[in-house]
Amino acid sequence: MSSAKNKQQPESKTVIEVNDLVTHYGQRKILDGVNLNIKKGEIRVIMGGSGSGKSTLLWHILGLYQPTRGQIKLLGNDIHTMSFNDQLKLKQDIGVSFQSGALFSSMTVGDNVALPLREFTDLDENTIRIISRMKLEVVNLGGFHKLMPSQLSGGMTKRAALARSIVLDPKLLFFDEPSAGLDPVVASEIDDLILSLRDTMGMSMVVVTHELDSAFKIADKITVLDKGKNLMTGTVEEINKSDNKRVMDLLQRRSRHDKLNPSEYLRRLTQENYTLS
Amino acid sequence: MTKALITKVESVGMWTYQSIERVGFALRLFWDSFYWLIVGRRYKQKLRLRQVVEQIRVNGFDALPIVMALSFVVGMMLSIQLLYALSDFGAQSQVLLAIAKSVTREFSPLITGIIVAGRSGAAIAARIGSQVVSQEIDALKVIGIVPVRYLVLPPLLGLIVSMPLLVICADVLAIFGGAIFSVIDLNMSISAYMVESFNVLVVGDIMQGLVKSVVFGVIIVLVGATTGFHVTGGAEGVGKATTTAVVISISFIVLADMIASYFLTQ
Repeated sequence: MSSAKNKQQPESKTVIEVNDLVTHYGQRKILDGVNLNIKKGEIRVIMGGSGSGKSTLLWHILGLYQPTRGQIKLLGNDIHTMSFNDQLKLKQDIGVSFQSGALFSSMTVGDNVALPLREFTDLDENTIRIISRMKLEVVNLGGFHKLMPSQLSGGMTKRAALARSIVLDPKLLFFDEPSAGLDPVVASEIDDLILSLRDTMGMSMVVVTHELDSAFKIADKITVLDKGKNLMTGTVEEINKSDNKRVMDLLQRRSRHDKLNPSEYLRRLTQENYTLS
Repeated sequence: MTKALITKVESVGMWTYQSIERVGFALRLFWDSFYWLIVGRRYKQKLRLRQVVEQIRVNGFDALPIVMALSFVVGMMLSIQLLYALSDFGAQSQVLLAIAKSVTREFSPLITGIIVAGRSGAAIAARIGSQVVSQEIDALKVIGIVPVRYLVLPPLLGLIVSMPLLVICADVLAIFGGAIFSVIDLNMSISAYMVESFNVLVVGDIMQGLVKSVVFGVIIVLVGATTGFHVTGGAEGVGKATTTAVVISISFIVLADMIASYFLTQ
């Protein structure tokens, strides 16, 4: 466990609150009454199998999707009832690192990082250039500011996206699959970066991942989602000791179809209105 | 049989619903663009003049050679056809008037609109579509940048400025193209033909072309952006959106041209 984990105060105030979140894609229920309570300085990992709703939960917390029901509060503000101006101010306290990086392909890496500064501050161009280069240094990409996103490797793209997400020194940082598609060494470097950012800048973070090694390395607490429901929330030790079958399946990388009753499986395949389970 | 019929009716209904929804989306883009142009500064969403200038360069200036070349050719073609048709009535002398009026009121804005739809409409759809696919639009939203202000307003203003300028260039080149072929039959110098052409034109002729060009520019951006924002299915979806944007833009341009011609020639 990192030393930083000890820094988290048990009495810290809540910075992210999700209450009874329900959402649908068409007729399909994706999130079914999810609750989250994340404290200041905490790294919360959201885990779950593919299709468990973890990325959807992240997009809802960021306000990109409207839920069917439920409340989301970031830094004490209900994101669905805020004025546009307040939303804009709140967004400057939020950084997001997308799975694909989502760097703007028409801009250099330096311009990508500098974009939020150019849009939301009155800093002169020289200061903006210095700050964006500093943030690139933080993610070990010093000197890469002139490259285009297409010239970066997968790990470098994620680090550049991370530099852009922290350029305004946000209070909340969100990651969607930060180590997906990376080799173990680069993935470990990203994990170290996440821990170092929390230690040095005191950010609260939500990390959506299905990489167990990464989750156990960085998490203060882990929330396990299954079929859109909050299966369990606990520390790494509590998750490891859990006797919940689905949590055990996830930790031991067991497919849920392993235990499927063959006749039930056949019935599902042959029924008239076959739907995704 | 009944089931097949129901499926067909359902698909027509779905297509109609989607089409109305897309038209509504495009009108919303138009409204939002000017809303952010006016109030943007108050919400830290100010328009970057540099972006508009860049759009004028890319969508206007860069299109100039092809617009000029095709306008010149169309002017020559008109001259050939009109001289042939008018000779039946011994009215070849009227070719100058016919070319000048038809070019400024109809052909220049239409040709320019079609060329720009092919170039810029496709580019806008492809750009926004690929940004949707690669989550760049989501990134803009979470950074706090309104996508319409950042991605739609600059090309919209860019084309509103550059389309009339392109049409003026197209007018001159089309009349010049007509002159090249007509001067022999009319026994005039090219310079005299050009001067006489502009003498027969009234402000209304030029204005009709310019008004149409602005409408076409708005159509091109709104159709390109609407198609781009609705891209699904990755790279294949972007390709389809590009084609769709061009086809729909040109269809709407021709339709708008007909409507504008009717009202502006009353």
